[in-house]
Amino acid sequence: MRKFVKKLKANKGLVFLALPTTMWYIIFCYLPMIGIILAFKNFRINGNGFFSSLFSSEWIGFQNFQFLFKTSDAWIITRNTVLYNLAFIVLGIVLPIIVAIMLHELINKRMAKVYQSALFLPYFLSWVVVSYCLVAFLSVDKGYVNKILISLGKHPISWYSEPKHWPFIIVFMSQWKGIGYNTVVYLASMSGIDKTYYEAAMIDGATKWQQIKYITIPSLKPVITILFILAIGKIFNADFGLFYQLPMNSGPLYPVTNVIDTYVYRGMMSMGELGMSAAAGLYQSVVGFVLIMVSNYIVKRYDNENSLF
Amino acid sequence: MVDYKSEGKEAEEVSENKFTNISVKSNIILNVILSILALIAILPFIFVVIISFTDEKILRTNGYSFFPQKFSADAYKYVMGGSSQLTQSYLVTILITVLGTIIGLLFISTFAFVLSRRNFAFKKFFTMVVFIPMLFGGGMVSFYLIMTQVLHLKNTIWALILPLSVNSWYIIILRTFFKTSVPEAVIESAKIDGAGELRIFFQIVLPISLAGIATIALFLTLGYWNDWFNAMLFIDKESLAPLQYMLIRIENNMEFLSNNATKLGVSQILASNSMPKETAKMAMVVLSTAPIIFAYPFFQKYFVSGLTIGAVKE
Repeated sequence: MRKFVKKLKANKGLVFLALPTTMWYIIFCYLPMIGIILAFKNFRINGNGFFSSLFSSEWIGFQNFQFLFKTSDAWIITRNTVLYNLAFIVLGIVLPIIVAIMLHELINKRMAKVYQSALFLPYFLSWVVVSYCLVAFLSVDKGYVNKILISLGKHPISWYSEPKHWPFIIVFMSQWKGIGYNTVVYLASMSGIDKTYYEAAMIDGATKWQQIKYITIPSLKPVITILFILAIGKIFNADFGLFYQLPMNSGPLYPVTNVIDTYVYRGMMSMGELGMSAAAGLYQSVVGFVLIMVSNYIVKRYDNENSLF
Repeated sequence: MVDYKSEGKEAEEVSENKFTNISVKSNIILNVILSILALIAILPFIFVVIISFTDEKILRTNGYSFFPQKFSADAYKYVMGGSSQLTQSYLVTILITVLGTIIGLLFISTFAFVLSRRNFAFKKFFTMVVFIPMLFGGGMVSFYLIMTQVLHLKNTIWALILPLSVNSWYIIILRTFFKTSVPEAVIESAKIDGAGELRIFFQIVLPISLAGIATIALFLTLGYWNDWFNAMLFIDKESLAPLQYMLIRIENNMEFLSNNATKLGVSQILASNSMPKETAKMAMVVLSTAPIIFAYPFFQKYFVSGLTIGAVKE
């Protein structure tokens, strides 16, 4: 104990600098972790503040979870969240690498910069703004796509009430918004590749394809691994704006747009389902935690250098 | 590749690598593919801009079009003239963006500095403080209850500022930046001269780390400017609605805007009939996004450098 105080005194300047942010973490990250027990309680507000209400509420064990998993919602939101994320992970690695390689190989570097700027633009728009952009194309009566369909003699589609189109729309829009960001990440690590590798490969008569296959892609492995572990850890988390704003919170689309995050939000805002929402939230946190630990462990086992921690 | 040097250097590089270059034919093919992708990326927003400048009557009969028969700036006149909600929301967004970026920078940079110090005795502990929340969280429900029932931040400006002010990822990026750009010897010699940690941080480390600070500042600025989620959770008052949240509200309910017209003494029905509804919505979208578009070259430059720093694993 005395040793600790001595250590504290010797480092008081730095500890002092770290304090405000530590407080922030305690309030906004660690206090909510205590709130996790909400999932195991029948939460009733007793008027003496949140924590008093929380601790005086009745323990009900896993009842909230039982209710949650009895509904068909639990299956639908899990399926949607995981399947969309799998598509995002695969496309989010493949597409940006293809684009980055194209930009990397382009002879005119100034054009490469122009393309990169254009591709990066959607990343800077909020999902609200993007949802307006999408309405311009998909609005039932005024939208551009329906106008084309009609001019081709086909029936217009009421986009915001037909679920079958949305898996494609959601995957497309997520890649549309994210491709610029990911391309820059891969380009940055491509620029670090030693140019002499390519020159040596040329002298040995390697084709451009072989250079890409044996030099460029293998040198991206560390970045791909790190981004992959992070993405696996987030496979139970969804981008709220993508699934809530973009489909305009449209009820008929829930079967293909409801994910864990939107389910928790809707349950919470309609208030009656606080316990069940908390249970869904905890389910999400725990599975996410386990997934990130397992994937990191596996990567560590096979390739120690590229693991996250 | 990412950060292009001066033109002379560029030309030199091209000729230098001539024999590793791709053939002219494949270069043309790549240019065509990339132009198409670039167009797909920017066209949707350009479409919104075109719609906002379309004549409302033409739009009602013809629908949205890339080549409207008649252009008009009525939507902008309407939105900028009558609506005090737009001005109010602009002010709210500017306030939370400026305040939030400053507060966030203080939180993030001080902590990043502490973590960047090699000999700090409690480094492990404070690293865990930022690391654990990256792996596990308390969930939206308890966060919401703590914000509203413990901190009582509902319908306050702080509900829009505080939750976004710290981010573990930014701390790690800035820590890496400090580690690589501030020589330990500089800090040691300042210490020998008797400077305290606070002074070292503000007078020595901050001034030589402006590029890293600017990157994080832009990350924060973009986050605040584009945030609507916290407003959706915590704000019901119109006077505190930031731009993005205002856009959500007018999506289905343009009366959110025409409230102001009734205040001016015009009956609401009259106001909503004469109002260029569809084009005005799009004009609001354009006006809310305009600052980002103007600052775009700046944003892009620092984002790219920030991502490059972030890619360096320690």
